[in-house]
Amino acid sequence: MPKKEKKTGLIFFPAFDWAISTNHPEREERLLYTQDQVFEEGLLDFPNILEYKPGIATYADINRCHICVPNPQNLTTNSHLISAGGAITAAQKVLTGEVDNAFALVRPPGHHSMLVAHGARGFCNINIEAVMIEYIRHQFGVKRIAVVDTDCHHGDGTQDIYWNDPDVLCISMHQDGRTLYPGTGFVDDFGGPNALGATINIPLPPRTSDEGFLFALDHVILPILDEFKPEIIINSAGQDNHYSDPITNMSFSAQGYALLNEKLAPDIAVLEGGYSIEKALPYVNVGIILAMAGLDYSQVQEPDYDAQRIRQSPEITRLIENEVKNVMTLWKKKKNLKKQIAGAAKYIRREKNIYYDTDDITEKQIETVRVCDDCGGLVMIESVADTGKKIYAVILPNTCCPECRENGENIFNRINGSQYNHVYFQDRQRDIFVAK
Amino acid sequence: MILGIDVGGTHTDAVLVQNFQLIKKAKVLTDQTNIMASLLEAAEKLISDENINDIKRIVLSTTISTNAIVQNKTNRVAMVLLSGPGLSPTTLNLGKDTYFARGYVNHRGIPVKNVNSRQIADISQEISENAIQQIGIVGKFSSRNPQQELDTAELLQDSSRNISLGHTLSGQLNFPRRIATTYLNAAIYDIYRGFVQDVQKFVARIGLHIPVYILKADGGTILIDPSLDCPVQTIHSGPAAGIMGVLATACIREDAVALDIGGTTTDISVFADGVPLLEPTGVSISGRKTLIRGLYTKSIGVGGDSVVKVEKGDIVIGPQREGPAAALDGPFATPTDAMIVEGIVTFGDSQKAQNAIALIAKKLHMSVQDAARAIVEKTAAMIADNVRQILLEINNKPVYTIHELLEGKIIRPRMLYVVGGPAAIAPFIAQNLGYPYSIPDHSEVSNALGVAVARTTAEVTILADTEKRELIFSEEGCVQSVPRSFSTADAIEIGKKALHKKAVRMGARPQDIIMEVTESQEFNMIRDFCTTGKNIRVKVQIKPGLISSGAER
Repeated sequence: MPKKEKKTGLIFFPAFDWAISTNHPEREERLLYTQDQVFEEGLLDFPNILEYKPGIATYADINRCHICVPNPQNLTTNSHLISAGGAITAAQKVLTGEVDNAFALVRPPGHHSMLVAHGARGFCNINIEAVMIEYIRHQFGVKRIAVVDTDCHHGDGTQDIYWNDPDVLCISMHQDGRTLYPGTGFVDDFGGPNALGATINIPLPPRTSDEGFLFALDHVILPILDEFKPEIIINSAGQDNHYSDPITNMSFSAQGYALLNEKLAPDIAVLEGGYSIEKALPYVNVGIILAMAGLDYSQVQEPDYDAQRIRQSPEITRLIENEVKNVMTLWKKKKNLKKQIAGAAKYIRREKNIYYDTDDITEKQIETVRVCDDCGGLVMIESVADTGKKIYAVILPNTCCPECRENGENIFNRINGSQYNHVYFQDRQRDIFVAK
Repeated sequence: MILGIDVGGTHTDAVLVQNFQLIKKAKVLTDQTNIMASLLEAAEKLISDENINDIKRIVLSTTISTNAIVQNKTNRVAMVLLSGPGLSPTTLNLGKDTYFARGYVNHRGIPVKNVNSRQIADISQEISENAIQQIGIVGKFSSRNPQQELDTAELLQDSSRNISLGHTLSGQLNFPRRIATTYLNAAIYDIYRGFVQDVQKFVARIGLHIPVYILKADGGTILIDPSLDCPVQTIHSGPAAGIMGVLATACIREDAVALDIGGTTTDISVFADGVPLLEPTGVSISGRKTLIRGLYTKSIGVGGDSVVKVEKGDIVIGPQREGPAAALDGPFATPTDAMIVEGIVTFGDSQKAQNAIALIAKKLHMSVQDAARAIVEKTAAMIADNVRQILLEINNKPVYTIHELLEGKIIRPRMLYVVGGPAAIAPFIAQNLGYPYSIPDHSEVSNALGVAVARTTAEVTILADTEKRELIFSEEGCVQSVPRSFSTADAIEIGKKALHKKAVRMGARPQDIIMEVTESQEFNMIRDFCTTGKNIRVKVQIKPGLISSGAER
């Protein structure tokens, strides 16, 4: 049966002149074969597939979601601004109705960049989805947004940025953190005290194949999305779950990726990781583009595809079924969790040690959130990195109650700046950013 | 001296050119059933016993190929496709004589599945039963490795058949377009060969033994004999002649826009530093997107004879044409009539123009003079808006490197060149666009003039893969081995040599071979954190332009 065609925007920016370093997986060659395959299949000639040039994100766009130390100028290069700009362009095209959905096939990626950023981690300098999400909220007044991170690595950066935000649902499905970088993303990581259930993690065992991913999609992701009712769904579309990926251990295929995108029907997809540049990316990307555009992807197949060889074992199936049950049990009782976790406390503290593998930086962070029934809650962060930088940040949530606002403004005004290199004030509601 | 001839659908124009100066010109009606007669008629007006020995070459443009396609006067073609997995063939616009065969290569040109000779034998049998003589063979990624197309051709070869191979027609990637290009090449083979024979008879009849060239879609010339291998390159030879005509008559050196305003449509073309822009992937014809290198031109439905109407109190112009201007006894008011009333042009019956505009003026509650001015300005504004839109699209064309995104060339026109009957409207369009205009001389035969002085163009695509230790010339389909240390500079050098050879074969004189590297990319190939080789991609071209002076000698 013919599917319903959709108008799909494609922001293709392979940055053929940029690499982290010569031999790094995040290098010039990464999207070369994807470009070849997309061109050879003639995808850009379809009347319902429209290609756009990426815009360039501004530092103000970055300051809406990050506390960059010392500032975004020092943390980014043109490549990062273009990659985030590409994601923003995708959002613009969708939200102005020019297209039905859009795919930002850009690099470098961003989903490991956290709220406070002292440098690059997991190949990411700034979180391009978060920059895009804050742009969407700021420009288009969209309130409820869901991010489904289908990269093989836990989307820890996006999770961190929205940990205390009840309006941004972050679902990450990834290879179990006990077996892969960044080693986080377990079922009980469920969001901050005012945003419980707005963070969902589905760790999957190594060698999970199409069947397992689609089971998690059908039994966790789609039901939770149904309940959350986001206005916009974003696929943080990593492609490193592929059976041929050199740095992960999963068994997902191009057909699986295409089907996942057809079922998930994201409004915007943004490329994240995926480093099997020759054997996976060309086919996965063609599959995703066709699926998003509502075109027939049934013939897309990797040359070495062998369903038998990559099929998951019954034991893996049982593990996944069990994990899915755990997530849904937690989800169903999310309303009662707050009392258990916060009790009578007015503030809740979280201490984090963060390692920036790409830049070799270690950071110690204390995050304090005000327990609040009226908004996501005022957040204060003290952070020290072994670069010698010590900072303090006050963050007001996107919908901020008067009390959290008053508290936050007072704290920022009274803080003794002499013990910090920088003190930051980020007001996501009024789009104000101050550094002193 | 050069004899330039533009065989159009209606007229055949001919010029004699020496040192870029027009010596003589002639215009005759084209007899579609007897092209040779039209060629002779035009030539006889120019050639005399005194000058015949000074003519050193003949260059032609023709609408024959284009018309054959538009009017469906084409051969039946059997298409044999080695498509492999990927995009479903149901999404492609394929004819009934399409045969899918086993075999495909991947994006690096590595064979994944081989051609099956028994299956090809069966296909061959069917093609014979259907008595199809033209065959097109196209493989996915055949520009990365042509071997399977060549193998298939060998299996299907037979003296009664003529085979077109996808990889020979373009080095670019795009399987659906390669199919369309190959199909068209086969489909117009017979009609084009007929034209070539007519031309050869004509040259023999006037008793000349000089090189004969034909204009390609990219505004470059090719000797008529080698053009028989790639008739499809001669489609859109007409619009290409128009653009080369502006180039020849206007001496463009800057960023510029050229308009060819006709009765029904206006063709817009763009020049960057005096070089006409090419279509990014290839030209489209009759709804088919191809890989044929062609000059960029966009046709919009506004012309001198467009119908002028009033709808909801607003002036509406075009896109239909219902006949000539009212001044020439046409049924409706047209922009041309408004220009007559305004006094910008004088021809036909000005009273009839006045009457037609008066009807419009009444509906607009305006004076006739005001209505005429409003129509002229609206026509100019519509054309100007389209020009702006086109420039916006061109300047926003996606690019794939940070360097190009931040520092890529932006086209900022400094001059508007206008040709065609209603060219007198130029000042109004120029005022709207905010840059000056120019109306080149001899615009009534500028196509033939452009044809006469166009240079030979060619392109070579080279792909080196030092991991495979192989280099492929995409269009030539030949492969040679390269050392591990092979570099981009080596590829450019080899590419230039190959391009030089190719251009000479196509008829270029050495002094007109001005080469330019249009693409040069080098990627380190890294597998398991070790460099295993380099992927080098180079394109070298001779860009469209005019021959160097003294070409007639």
